[in-house]
Amino acid sequence: MRGLAGIYAQQFKVTMASFIQYRAALVIWLIGHVLEPLIYLVVWSTVSRSAGGSVGGFTAADFAAYFIVLMIVNHMTYTWIMYEYEYRVRQGTLSPDLLRPVHPIHSDIADNLTSKLITLPGMLVIAVSLGFIFRPALHTVLWAIAAFIPVVLLAFAVRFVIEWTLALAAFWTIRTSALNQMYFMAMLFFSGQIAPLELLPHPLRVIAFVLPFRWTIGFPTELLLGRLTPTQTLTGMGMQAAWLAAGLVLMRVVWRAGLKVYSAVGA
Amino acid sequence: MAISPAVDIHDLHKTFVVPEREGGMRAALASLVRRRKQEVKAVDGISFVLSPGEIVGFLGPNGAGKTTTLKMLSGLLHPTAGTVTVLGYVPWERDRGFLRRITLVMGQRNQLVWDIPPIDSFELNRAVYRVPAAEYRRTLDELTELLELGPLLKKPVRNLSLGERMKCEVAAALLHRPQVVFLDEPTIGLDVTMQRRIRGFISEHNRRHGATVLLTSHYMADVEALCRRVIVIHHGRLLFDGDLAKLVERFTSHKTIVVSLGDCGADLSPYGEVVSCTDGDVTLRVPKSETARVTGRLLADLPVMDLTVEDPPIEEVIDRVFREELS
Repeated sequence: MRGLAGIYAQQFKVTMASFIQYRAALVIWLIGHVLEPLIYLVVWSTVSRSAGGSVGGFTAADFAAYFIVLMIVNHMTYTWIMYEYEYRVRQGTLSPDLLRPVHPIHSDIADNLTSKLITLPGMLVIAVSLGFIFRPALHTVLWAIAAFIPVVLLAFAVRFVIEWTLALAAFWTIRTSALNQMYFMAMLFFSGQIAPLELLPHPLRVIAFVLPFRWTIGFPTELLLGRLTPTQTLTGMGMQAAWLAAGLVLMRVVWRAGLKVYSAVGA
Repeated sequence: MAISPAVDIHDLHKTFVVPEREGGMRAALASLVRRRKQEVKAVDGISFVLSPGEIVGFLGPNGAGKTTTLKMLSGLLHPTAGTVTVLGYVPWERDRGFLRRITLVMGQRNQLVWDIPPIDSFELNRAVYRVPAAEYRRTLDELTELLELGPLLKKPVRNLSLGERMKCEVAAALLHRPQVVFLDEPTIGLDVTMQRRIRGFISEHNRRHGATVLLTSHYMADVEALCRRVIVIHHGRLLFDGDLAKLVERFTSHKTIVVSLGDCGADLSPYGEVVSCTDGDVTLRVPKSETARVTGRLLADLPVMDLTVEDPPIEEVIDRVFREELS
């Protein structure tokens, strides 16, 4: 465990140094992360105003609060690993990683966490600025803020494990972009990124409840906004734990099978 | 008690299945429905044993199966058949104890992080391989001295030249003092000075730490400077395993003399077999024992502007081994 902590500490320094080299890229990446929720925010606020003040109980100020918090949650749980694996497998850059006496997932986790830490302050400044412009209605409660911390960590873990596992599809096909596209479309719709899930028709809400997407973005957002009861929160955390467990089992199986393929066809 | 071998390969096979089709639109459409596949035997039943502390040259033309074998030895590839043990481990089980004791340096693959100075990547390796702090400092000092890394350690990797980067790659690969070192073309693309330095370093590392080294190279000079023993493979089969001296003596019975005369007018066939003449440079092939005599005669008889005597390239030696089907 101490050895692993040492690796994380070093990986943290390496990632930090690499990221600082690309300050402009970081800013562009940050803008990308802000623009998408901002577009939905503007669209839904306009819709609610033209619909006489609210849509499905959401006022313009509610939408503002929802999309600003969602922007932060998405930033905290986001991974880019699915874009990377195809390159790693095709270019063979995975091979040096496999020669190291440590599982390659650790450097990905350390990488991801480091980049979040570097960019989070910028994100928070943007969120506060957007707050001044769009006047969000925040009705959060203290217990929800406390519960948000484990919930967002679980959300990150679930999203990371699922996306890392899906990224391993690159072992079987080097054209993974079709699969990635499908995943991101489902994510957009069922996670609550495009609209609060409360606005979806009942059957779709049921599907969203079963799928993992909501638990990685929509659920922490709703919690922080004070839209959930303690029971709903505990249920959500149960769903997160279930998806994390399932994801970890699946990841182990897929990783082993993937390595077999990789080492059979030419690393 | 007999010393257990560092590397033990027995009847190793690796067959790749690769899709194949004819060129053209029709074949492309046909391949949508039914894909034709072909089996390629990259390694076809090779066996050898390396003792601890040996430096062995692993030779063969492109596509002979050298890299495939090195990948199987380092655990990146799973063989189709046969057995391999390295330091008593089965490589593709990728035991951490095994990975901590070996290294594989490949010319094109890098483990240095592109945007930061090598020293940061070295620190990461120290943590990954759990090298104790005092030992790390000692090894780093040693590597810095032997490879003259001092001025390079703090420059971002992307600002280093190919040779400088290769030196740092080699250093990164050896920081954990592996007992078994697999080197795949460690001097490819480097100038002569840099080649010599890397070579000197490999030999010094072997001497100081008793590491077993298996090295592939297209440069005869690397092999001659480092390896007493060579293993030659071609089409995945073992063709020669023994003393380099014997291989060279036996299969480079000729030398190549390049004479610069300014034009291709003169007939040099009395001096040896004329291989080619381009831009006034005549290439002659002469028996090894005749080299000194022919060189003297050429210099005495003709207005020679320049003259060089070379061993035939390694491919030619290997080709000769192959043609004579020595096993």
